[in-house]
Formats: sequence, C-alpha cells, structure tokens
Amino acid sequence: MKTKDQIALQAIEGESIKITGAEAVIRCLLAENVDLIYGYPGGAIMPVYDELYKFQDQLNHVLTRHEQGATHAAQGYARTSGKVGVAIATSGPGATNLVTGIADAQIDSTPLVCITGQVGSHLLGSDAFQETDIIGISTPVTKWNYQITKASEIPEIFAKAFFIARSGRPGPVLIDITKDAQFDTFDFAYQKCTGVRSYKPVPALDTHAVTQAAELINQAKKPFVVWGQGVILGGAEEEFRAFVEKSGIPAAWTILGLSALPTAHPLNVGMVGMHGNYGPNLLTNECDLLIAIGMRFDDRVTGDLKTYAKQAKIIHLEIDPAEINKNVVIDIPVLGDCKKSLEALLPLIQKKSHNQWMKRFEELMKVEVEQVINNDLRPQKEGLTMGEVIMSINKHTQGDAVLVTDVGQHQMVACRYTDFVRSRSNVTSGGLGTMGFALPAALGAKMGTPEREVVAVIGDGGYQMTIQELGTIFQTQTAVKIVVLNNEFLGMVRQWQQLFFDKRYASTEMVNPDFVTIAKGYHLDAKKVDKRKDLDAAVAEMIASEKPYFLEVCVEKEDNVFPMIPTGASVSDIRLK
Amino acid sequence: MEKTFTISIYSENNVGLLNRISAIFLKRHINIESLTTSQSEIKNVFRFIIIVKVPEESVKKLIQQIEKQVDVIKAYYHTDEETIFQESALYKVKSSALFEERHIQNIIKESHANIVTVSPDYFVIEKTGFRNETDRLHQDLAPFGLLQFVRSGRISVTKSKMGISEILKKFKSDN
Repeated sequence: MKTKDQIALQAIEGESIKITGAEAVIRCLLAENVDLIYGYPGGAIMPVYDELYKFQDQLNHVLTRHEQGATHAAQGYARTSGKVGVAIATSGPGATNLVTGIADAQIDSTPLVCITGQVGSHLLGSDAFQETDIIGISTPVTKWNYQITKASEIPEIFAKAFFIARSGRPGPVLIDITKDAQFDTFDFAYQKCTGVRSYKPVPALDTHAVTQAAELINQAKKPFVVWGQGVILGGAEEEFRAFVEKSGIPAAWTILGLSALPTAHPLNVGMVGMHGNYGPNLLTNECDLLIAIGMRFDDRVTGDLKTYAKQAKIIHLEIDPAEINKNVVIDIPVLGDCKKSLEALLPLIQKKSHNQWMKRFEELMKVEVEQVINNDLRPQKEGLTMGEVIMSINKHTQGDAVLVTDVGQHQMVACRYTDFVRSRSNVTSGGLGTMGFALPAALGAKMGTPEREVVAVIGDGGYQMTIQELGTIFQTQTAVKIVVLNNEFLGMVRQWQQLFFDKRYASTEMVNPDFVTIAKGYHLDAKKVDKRKDLDAAVAEMIASEKPYFLEVCVEKEDNVFPMIPTGASVSDIRLK
Repeated sequence: MEKTFTISIYSENNVGLLNRISAIFLKRHINIESLTTSQSEIKNVFRFIIIVKVPEESVKKLIQQIEKQVDVIKAYYHTDEETIFQESALYKVKSSALFEERHIQNIIKESHANIVTVSPDYFVIEKTGFRNETDRLHQDLAPFGLLQFVRSGRISVTKSKMGISEILKKFKSDN
C-alpha cells in the first residue's frame, strides 16, 4: 500500500487518480505546501472536514472560535511567514464572518486563500438553509474569487488561486465550493499555475524611469524617502538598506513599512502620518525630492492632499500601476518589483551624505522628545502610560519581538516606541483599522514564526471584540504574550471627542470585566499590574514564560496620543499637544 | 469638467466579472450611463462598452482600477471624437396607425428606419444611429401611440487600433 505522502507526490507529478472533490481540496493544499489552515466547520463544508480528519498528520487545522478569527490568524501567519494564509469556513454565516478579515487582507495586501462551502448547486438561488451569495459579497474585497460547481474544476482553480494570492501585489482570494462538487469524484491531477493570460502581476522594469529617478536623486539637496510595506512584501530589505545608506537619504516609514529597516538605523527618522513623528511630517513639506517606495499615499499618511509635498518632485517605486497618480501626482513613476528597481537604481546613484538636512530631522526630534516623548516614556505623574509599558517590553525582548497590535491609541504608541531589529516583525491592521484583529492575528503570527517571541499589545476595547480566541490559544498552547493596555475607554475615539467634540464622551467609556479571571478561566497564566513599581517584573515574568501569558496593565484613563495631524489638515499642521 | 467617455474592456468571459466591474463604479459613486457586453473580434475574449460622464481624471483612475482586475486583459477610454458609435432602438406601434395615417410612412422613410415585423395588431420599427436620431423618431412616433419603446446601450469601435492580439501573443510567448 502506498503512503499518503506517495499518493500526494503522485498527484503533484500529474498522474491522475480518481478521488472526491473534498479530497482534491486537501491534495491541492498539500501540493501548494500548505501545512496549516484556520477554520470552523459547518454543514456545507463537512465533506472537506472529513478529509481533513484523514489527512491530519499532514495538514494541521486550527479550530478558531469564530470565522473572523480564522481570517485574522491566517493574516498573522502570512505576515510573519511570508507564505499564503489559508482560512476555511462553511456557507452562509460562516462565509460572511470571513468578510472583515478578507477586507483587511485586501487593503493591507496580505496573501490569503479563503475556502467556503456552499449549498448544493441544484439549490443555488433557492434561498436554501445557510445559502448566501458570498461571491457577490466578497467581490469588492477580494483580489479574485470563484465559485466551483464541478469537482473537476478544483485543481485548476486552486492552482490559480494560490498563484494570484501570492504574486504581484498580494491579496485575498476566495473559493466557494458547492457541496455536490465536494462529493463528486473525478480524475485528479495537479499542475501549478505559472501564469494567467489576463493578469500581469509585475510590470516590467522601466529602465528609462530608473535613469530619470537616479538623476533626480543625485541632484536633490533635501531628498526624503517614505517607504511602505512594499519593501517587505518584495523581500527588498537588503536592497532598500543599501539604497538608503549609499544615498544618505533620511527615510521614514508608514505603519505597514515598519520593521523593514531597524529602528536604530541612523537614517531611520521615524513614522509619517497622523500620529507619526514631528520631523518626518513637517519636512514632507520642505523636502525637494520625495521618494516613495512601496507605499500608497493613504489619507492617514498624507493629510490634506492640496498641501502635501507640493514643493517637491515625487518619485514612486510601485508594483501596482493603479496606485500611480491615484492620490498624489507623480513626477517619475518607477513601476515594477521594488527589489528590482532598487537594485537597478543603486549603481546609478552617487554616494552622499546630507548632514545639514539630517540635522533638521534631529532638531525636530529634539522638540518632539521635549514636548511629547518625555511625557510618554518618563512620566512624572502617578498613572502608568502606554509608552512605558512598551519600553519595558523592548527591554525584556531586547527589541527583537514580533509586535502584533490592534487598532487605536495603543497601536499608535506601540508602533511609535517599539524597537525593531528585523523585518516582518510588525503585524497590525493598517488600512482597514479592524478592532479585534490583534488577538487572532497574534496566534497566527506565532505559528508563522514559532521560534520568535510574539507580543500582542491590545486595547481593552478591541480585545473584547475577539476575546474568545483565548480558547484557541489555550487549546493549541500557542505561546503568545498578550498585553492589554486597559484605560477603560475606547481611547482614540475618546481623544477625538475631547479634541473635536467638546468632551462629549458618547459611548466610549467601558465598564470592563475582570480580565485576569477571564484569562484564568481559559487556564492561561495571567497577571494584572496597576503600579509603576510592579511593571518591569511583570513584563519580565511574561517574557520569560514559555507558555501563553496574559498581562493586563491599567494605564492612565485619559491620556492622548501626540503628535497628531487632525483629519483633513495638512502635514504642516501637526500638533504636539 | 465632466465629459462623455467610452470605456472599452477586453476580458475573459467569466461568471461574476460584470459584478466585479460594476463594483468599481459603485465604490466611487459613479453612475453608468450605459453598458453593453458581447464577444469581441478575438475568440474567447469578451468586450464591455461602458459609457460614463465624468472628468477625465476620474476616467483615468477607473481604467487603472479596471485593468487591475485579474480577469481583465486591457481597458481603454476614448472620447466621442475618437470612436464610431451607434445605438439601436425598437418602436412598437399599433398596426392601424400604419394603414390609416399616411404621415407615419413618411416618418419611417425620412428617418431611415426599418420595419422589422408587421402583424395584424402591431408593427415594429428599428432605428440604429446617434442618440438624437433615435430620440427624434421617438418624438415623431409618440403622437401615434407607442406600445413599447426600448433603446440599447451604446456600441462603439475606435478609430485607432486596439492591439489585444499582440498582448495575448506576448502572454503566450512569455509563458
């Protein structure tokens, strides 16, 4: 008798064997080197789950406590491992519960393949039990989607789905499979997809544009780099670093670009955007050349477009042609994979340093330290600040943890103050701003890089949106470290209410449960800290633990995050208080 | 400034692509003036003709978003001056009007419309042309009592070359 491995191998080599659609789904996943998927069973996907049972020695299925958790976990896994994340759910509510995670993956360019069961093809359109038009619903938030109604379509569609999800600008793909297609048998053979005729994942490198860009870079007196996640997705960290070092250009990150260049790098000048650093934001409107690399000029980065970098020439290194001139008019678009573009640029640029220009960043950083950062990290008041918790985590992880954050004040503080030494270390919901992202994403992030320390920093609001995933963390014994920064408020909304709505705190104050008891209910080690003197020891104990660990830190209730560019204001109007 | 643009899309013929294309307009709150789909000059390649009234800046971004879709081979936009375009209209009128009113026969003749079918109860006129021509015929026939009227979306070809075959050939040689 052949082992399952041999059968899987045989299938990969293109020899056909007669199997059910459900088994074909598993074999397709194995052929794409998937060894871990997240999901939740239900009626319309049961044939596939039955096969998962048979293949459990080769394909690990993690049962999340909600389908949304499955997509966020798959995202976390994809973000740290660089592989395609896979989530699976049943039809109807199972499928609709995936949508938030899919939309998040779409806007943050995360490669996902989501598989949903569907009612039998003879029932389509009859409003059958748990029937929902998930193709229609997911169309605007997927890179591609497809409904399989015949078993024989499975290999080709799966091959195409993985190819599309991971190639070019990555994104989520959804495959909906009717129940009869799961039951039917057919001759299975798998062939990897190497191209789709209507789809061009990576535009050809425009060498003329590279030459023009190099000329501008060599002439610039006050050049400024803003990089995004494209550097990480393109695996271009080395090339990027070499480019920055040779050109001597100060470089700032968008929230998703964070960790591509170490925090301590002398040319890393901090974050741009709404709660970014003072210097990078102000000097966006002073630079004479803005070099945007793998970023998309999100409104949270640019503020008011009419006053954004108008004085500067702009070069945009970008893989997605639809991003060129979308928000900001570009002088020199350099289409292509930024790894290749940077490689091509490097020999053409002169070795330089921009000491006077760098000094401007340093001066403004001094202002920010005095007016903002000292209060955050070395507070004189009694209450704990979010910033000092992050500093303690930095200390005990030697600045080399994977940081997973949710959405809100804690996210801004954590991203501003966490130290990074290597890439793929920052997992957050940037574009969609999905509260509830962090806990399941941390589970996936740890599974994507099990040897690394993974610390989830979450607010008390977002934590309670997916708190049930503590069950998944306990069941899988995934050693994530969970830090809830509890200010008993939906802090970012409260901050806006304070600043722009005359302190009318409409529905932002939270009466919270005993989080430690809840964590203990899930049999997790848990601790609560509300005094400065206990913080360091508690963080040390958490990091030293080899098991999942929950730490609640009660922080000052009404602290605000600064600097801040109010919505619709110019980057020049950044506020320090 | 808003202007009429003809968007031409060459694509695969997949279930759901129409939904994906129209979602791009919906997301940006842009109304589609007319939409026609058919096969194209190339086997297994589908063609969409979509008419929008938007500023040129918007139509450029629409094209970028449409081309980004996996199943879209290529998308273009053109002004009216750059295309040759037509619409078809059908007019259903009581047969008695045709026999009793001499005037209606002149209208049909002068407008270069065709009579598609005549039955004891009704007859159907077809007119292909520019919007103002089908509109004028509508106005002229209205007094006789239009039983039904319908007009197709715009179909158009461009004066310049499209070059889709070259794109497809290049894909074949690249893979």
